[in-house]
Amino acid sequence: MDIRVERPAPDTLKVTFLGNLDIENVTKIWRLCVDAVDRESPRLLHLDFSKVDYCDGSGLALIKVLQQKQAKNHKSCTIFGLKPTFQKLLEYIEQRPDKVETSALLQEGLPEKLGHITVDILRDLKENVVFLGILSYQLFLSLLNPTKIRWSDFFRIAEDTGPQALPIIALIGFLIGLISTFQAAPSFADFGAQIYMVNLVGLGLVREMGPLLTSVLLAGRTASAFAAEIGTMKINQEIDALQTMGLNPVRFLVVPRILVAMLVTPILEVFFVIFGLLGCLVVMITLGYTTDVFFHQLYQSIEPIDYIGGLIKVFAFGLVIAGVGCLHGIKTRFGAKAIGQSTTQAVVSSLIMLVVVDGIFALIYYVLGV
Amino acid sequence: MNRIPIIEVKNLVARYGERVILSDINFNIYPGDIFMVIGGSGCGKTTLLNHMIGLLSPFAGDVLIDGQSISRIPENQRLTILKKIGVLYQSGALFGSLDLLQNVALPLEELTDLPKDAILEIARNKLKMVGLEKFFEYLPAEISGGMQKRAAIARAMALDPKILFLDEPTSGLDPISSSEIDQLVVNLAGILGITFVIVSHDVASICKIGGRVILLDNGKIVAEGRPEELRHSKHALAKRFLQVNR
Repeated sequence: MDIRVERPAPDTLKVTFLGNLDIENVTKIWRLCVDAVDRESPRLLHLDFSKVDYCDGSGLALIKVLQQKQAKNHKSCTIFGLKPTFQKLLEYIEQRPDKVETSALLQEGLPEKLGHITVDILRDLKENVVFLGILSYQLFLSLLNPTKIRWSDFFRIAEDTGPQALPIIALIGFLIGLISTFQAAPSFADFGAQIYMVNLVGLGLVREMGPLLTSVLLAGRTASAFAAEIGTMKINQEIDALQTMGLNPVRFLVVPRILVAMLVTPILEVFFVIFGLLGCLVVMITLGYTTDVFFHQLYQSIEPIDYIGGLIKVFAFGLVIAGVGCLHGIKTRFGAKAIGQSTTQAVVSSLIMLVVVDGIFALIYYVLGV
Repeated sequence: MNRIPIIEVKNLVARYGERVILSDINFNIYPGDIFMVIGGSGCGKTTLLNHMIGLLSPFAGDVLIDGQSISRIPENQRLTILKKIGVLYQSGALFGSLDLLQNVALPLEELTDLPKDAILEIARNKLKMVGLEKFFEYLPAEISGGMQKRAAIARAMALDPKILFLDEPTSGLDPISSSEIDQLVVNLAGILGITFVIVSHDVASICKIGGRVILLDNGKIVAEGRPEELRHSKHALAKRFLQVNR
């Protein structure tokens, strides 16, 4: 493919195309043609296609761009020898106006954008409150009439959420117990108080680290899974189908997940604490303490109320994790990107909510003297 | 005149595990043809299409595009064949985060060395060809299903392929949108000389477009011809398929 550029008369530029105008050839000659027309700025541009057998979309695009350049400069452009088929296609494209309607979303100015953001925040807040109301009502109804709970879903979700999360919970618990005891050992040794590391790690695990870290792990694992699962159902119109069948999606999808999370999170927390203490025990044994001494010290340092306080807290954390995950699943909008956004928001929001709820519990326990 | 086929399907056998989906399929498609694959649900239409576009490898037999086996071609030459074909998926499969112009421009940006102004002009022209000249900056979610299909056709045509494969192009569309898609196919085949391979069970569309049709049943070609010929043929299933669905 080549082009021949001639000046048959002053103010006239003739470009002859030699070969097929397909995408590969047009890539080679595009810049040459456009630059020649820009440089010469002829009064008349004559494009000769008599030696062109084939012209595809890229060739037509080149013709159109050259024509537009001439028109913009109030100069003329003539086409010669273009085969009727391609001429017809060129005319078809030319008939279509270049006036583009911009999407309503892209046309927004600053006031409209601010308005939309405000409306979105308020709508979001309203959706959350409505969801919380419906959830409380449906939970209450389900607990009043447990036969209405979808137990088959409950056990399936419980298996995914509980036993399958156990290995990671056990591993992290063990490592946390082991590492925190190991890190504390030198400082406690300075005061000859290494035995009190059991108090530190035991109490820390039972009251704070156990509930919070178990919930953080479940926020990453379970809240995201709930959001993705329900979000995909939303995109596949399965939630619409439930609604049109007269089934309440919250009762059908959210209630079993909430109940599972409230049941499973405390159980997992117990495992986390057990494995954490096991990690602590391993370090204590290597420091020369016996298991009897370890358990005696543990028994002395932890009161039953510490266990109960931790368990109540983790029960609430389970509610938060499942609630936030399901809420973001239900609020999923359209497209693959929306699922990603929902899962990310589910994890981030549940982490924030966990810390907030933990703070509230700390305050309550302080006031109650627990 | 001895025409050279652009697509050759030779003794194609497809299996999912032990289940035979397609058995001994043979046909040729010639440049400029509108070729339609019809049949009931589960007869193997989409499996056949997936073999023709190289998404699935045959258990036995072969599919040749322009004389080259699409399943056995080395990976470094695969792109050459893929540039010759465009595919419209049943759902349109437009990228939701890109507007229509960006969707159509994407293959040009990634697979050619054309300058940016050329790419935009080509993308605009393709969208004009499918009648979406006013919607360049719209996201797929902001337009109707019929418009999404047309935009997906524009994207499939971005690289000026020789062959366009359309998987159920009119499914889920209202009669007017379906009719627009049918007319678009006829126009594009007439003007651009593109070879169309259409998988469908929309008989109204099949009759309107009026190309060469094969009818699949249980993974075998049971009838072949023009829609009118099939309707009046002695083959019971072909007759029923084209009359009941009309």
